[in-house]
Formats: sequence, structure tokens, C-alpha cells
Amino acid sequence: MNTFQIVAAGDAALVVEFADRIDPVINGTAIALAAAIQAAALRGVRDVVPTYRSVAVYFDPLRTDLDELRARVERGASTARPVETDRIEPIRVPVCYEGDFAPDLADVAAFAGVSDAEAVRLHTSRVYRVFMLGFVAGFAYMGTVDERIAAPRLAAPSVRVPVGSVGIAGVQTGIYPVSTPGGWRIIGRTPLKPFDLTRDEPVLFKPGDAVQFYAIDPGEYARLESTC
Amino acid sequence: MASLRVITPGMLTTIQDRGRWGWQDRGVPVAGPMDSYSHRLANMLVGNEADAAALEVTLVGPEVEFDDERIAAVTGADFDLIVDGRSKPVNAPFAVAGGSVLRFGTRRRGARAYLALAGGIAVPPVLESRSTHLPSAMGGFEGRSLQAGDRLPLGKWDRTSFPVHAQAEKTPDLSFWLPDGRATVRILPGPQLYRFADDGLDILQSAPFVVDAASNRMGFRLRGPALRHAGDAEMLSDATPLGALQVPAAGQPILLMADRQTTGGYPSIATVISADIGLAGQLAPGDSISFVVSTLREAIAALAAQEQALMAFEAGAR
Repeated sequence: MNTFQIVAAGDAALVVEFADRIDPVINGTAIALAAAIQAAALRGVRDVVPTYRSVAVYFDPLRTDLDELRARVERGASTARPVETDRIEPIRVPVCYEGDFAPDLADVAAFAGVSDAEAVRLHTSRVYRVFMLGFVAGFAYMGTVDERIAAPRLAAPSVRVPVGSVGIAGVQTGIYPVSTPGGWRIIGRTPLKPFDLTRDEPVLFKPGDAVQFYAIDPGEYARLESTC
Repeated sequence: MASLRVITPGMLTTIQDRGRWGWQDRGVPVAGPMDSYSHRLANMLVGNEADAAALEVTLVGPEVEFDDERIAAVTGADFDLIVDGRSKPVNAPFAVAGGSVLRFGTRRRGARAYLALAGGIAVPPVLESRSTHLPSAMGGFEGRSLQAGDRLPLGKWDRTSFPVHAQAEKTPDLSFWLPDGRATVRILPGPQLYRFADDGLDILQSAPFVVDAASNRMGFRLRGPALRHAGDAEMLSDATPLGALQVPAAGQPILLMADRQTTGGYPSIATVISADIGLAGQLAPGDSISFVVSTLREAIAALAAQEQALMAFEAGAR
């Protein structure tokens, strides 16, 4: 049995909270619960949103049997089991960790006490989990990165982080799908588009995906950018 | 295709349907109207489905020209409406002819009005919604607020299936009680009340908060008595419902509105009930907002009463 609490978020949403930490098993449980609620297609439910450690269920209060929804959610929350992620084929993400694409790489390397090349090796050596999406459309919170390169956010956010920038914020890593102000430390850039409305599947990542970064040089970046 | 031409855009006029639901797990914000009730009433008055796209007008209204005969209605904020030099009432449908010009004049109360047109605004949907999300430049007309010279495509409408316009004089006053510089809205505690000091709800209800100038469709920054967190002011990012009162470290709440992000890392002490979100949406910077704790029962009853008023009107009109 999972440990959780259900809290009301106003009259049109419930939030199921599991243990308060970044943990693949807890997150996997939340994602599994979200999938089960989606699959149940309960009347009135508008949106089901898994996060690091919770699931928000948005519903239309006048078209939802709240008792039934609560009972369903409670049952699901106590029995949800994470999907085995070991066998998920990672989405491979090319990143150029060089020059202007990597304004904060030297700081992250200094934080780790290693060379730039070693910091890149550390970032590319793990398969990351997409814990959740948020902040802007298509932004995936991934992790966890090696503690050595888990540098904190910038003290003062950048006014504009270019689209495709790959950043680190503590143990989290992620890709900016749009140009936006942002506080993560930028160590590279990918030509892949995490959010692209011209694609059949506009959002590249979903909660629970596995992701691995690999290093490319500026020439390869330019080549991929022209084909992406 | 019939169209609506924007002569002057007003302060901030956007296309909104009921919002981009179903994509929040991919980080896509909902957007939609700031005052859903008035939005829905406007669509109802012109015979549209509830999720048709209409214009949301902010503080200063636009001037628009029609190129065909249409039924139009304006709800929400109380504006003077002038069609070809003649005054028209709010909260009632009226006919316009090809070449007619509708101008929004003086605003008396409320911040946001909704202009619905029979057939709806037929911009292409993005992720199944026509709502404009301004921060990400998604949906609506090129992802932005309207500008002079824009031509908005309008959907087909069928005048034979349209009895409402003939009954304008029967239209009951379904308008919201519009705030005159202040509003009291009801809240339900949580979802993260437990992350605040014990006196949190008392402080929240102790005095009105002022809607700061740095407020927009994403949220209202509020100035008032400071709230105190029980521990850390930051948490793992969690979902952010419409109407949540999110409180960053400084203790001044932000009321999350239509264009809010899907997730946020500050705890929310309370959430405005669905029936009162529209009232909050009628506030402008400089206005004040007071909070009073309600119950789930009262919240649902208030929403049901609004729904019944709309249904009764619709039944009477058809």
C-alpha cells in the first residue's frame, strides 16, 4: 500500500500527494495513477496532471460525481505501481556543449571541480527520467544529474534563454522549448525541438520517458538544425 | 469567409474559447476567459455553443467592422456600445449589418467584456482550442492580442435557427454583480495550507489586498498583510489550479488566473471557488480584493445557481 494524502484544491481539483521528495519510484507511482485515472475516463474530468510527487485531477464540479471520483482516486492511489523503466528505450538528445551554446558550462565544471570535458561526460553518462512537464509547454523536468554537477540556479535569472538550451538546476536538467527568461545554468544547446506545433506529436517528452544526452560538435549541430 | 476587421484594438483584446484543457500534463497552459460566466453568457445570447471563441476585451474596448449580417452580444464589464452611431445595451443580442461598425465607449464597471458573434470566431484551433495564451504566443490570432487591421475569420451561422435576437427585451439581467473597485471572493483552504503558519487563513481574511499594477492574465500580484510559511517557502513543483493563491517567500500572494503556468514551486494557501473566479476576473490593477473562507457545499451551490440562471434563460429564449 502506498502512503498518500488527498487534498482539495478548490472545488474543481483534487491533488493526491505522495512522499515529498524527488524519487523515481514515487514519481512512477504518480504517473501510473495519472494514467489509470485518464483511462477510467470519468465523467467531468478535464485534465490529469502528474508532477514529481503528486497527481492533480481537474474536473467540472457540476458534471462530476465527487464521491465516486474520490473513491476511484483513493483506490488507485493505494495500489498504483510504477511502470518498469529499465526497459524503456531512451530518447537520445544531441547537445552541442561548446562556445556560445554553453555560457554556464565553465561555472558548472568549477562547481564540480572538474574540467569542462568531464562535466559534459558526467551530464551525458546517465539515462535521465522525465519526472514531469511544466513551466512552459513542452518543458520536461528530468533528472537526476550526478551530484557533482548539481549546481544551483543562477542568482539572477537570464533575461532570455535561447530555445533548445540545456540547463541544470540542482539535480534537475531540462531543455528550454521556447526562448524565455530562465534561471537554470545553461551548459549546451540541442537542435531538437521539445515543442513543435507543426509535428504530429507536438510535445516531444511525456512524464516517465527516459532520455539520454550525447555530445555533438557545432558542425553536427548545424547539420541537424537544418533537418529538424 | 466572413470576417471581422479590427479598426482599433483597445487595450488588450484576445480571442478566447473555454480554454486548452487536456494538455497540462505536457506543460501546455489552459488559458481561456478570465470570467467564464460572462464568456458563456455572451455565446448563449448569440446562439453559439458554450465553447465558441469570442473576444475578451480589457479596460479599453476596440472598434470593429463587420462584413456581413450577424448577431452580436457583449457581456461582462459594463461598456457603452455604439453601432453605427446608435447605442446598444450590454447583456442582450443585437443585429449588425454588413459594413456596420461596433465601437466600445466608456466603461463604467468591471474590467473585462466579452464580444460574441453568431458563428463564433473561426481562427484555426491549436491543440484543439482557439484560446490565446499570451506568454507562449499560442492560439488565437497569431498568438497575440489584436492589432489594428487584423481580419478575424467568422464561422457560419444560421439565421433560421436563431430566435434569440427577436426577444432582446425579454433578456433577464444575468450580468454578474460587477465589482466597483472592490470585490469579496470566497475561498477554500489549500491545497498547501499545511505549509503555512497557523494564522494563515486569519491573516488572509483580515484585510483587503490591492491588485498590483504588475498583474495580468497569468495572475494578480496582491499587496496586503504578509502571510508566513511554516517552513520552506519553496516546494517541489506542483500543479497550479485556476484561482490558487500562491505565496512566494515574501508572503504576498499571487492569485493564479487564466494564463497561469501548469505547475509552480510555491505553495498555495487557498483557492478561490469556481463561482467567484469570474468576479475576480473583473478586477483591474488598483482595485481591492477581500477573501472569505467558504465551504465546498456553498461553493458547489453557488456554481449550480449560476448554471441554473443560465439554463433558465436559455430555455426561455428558445
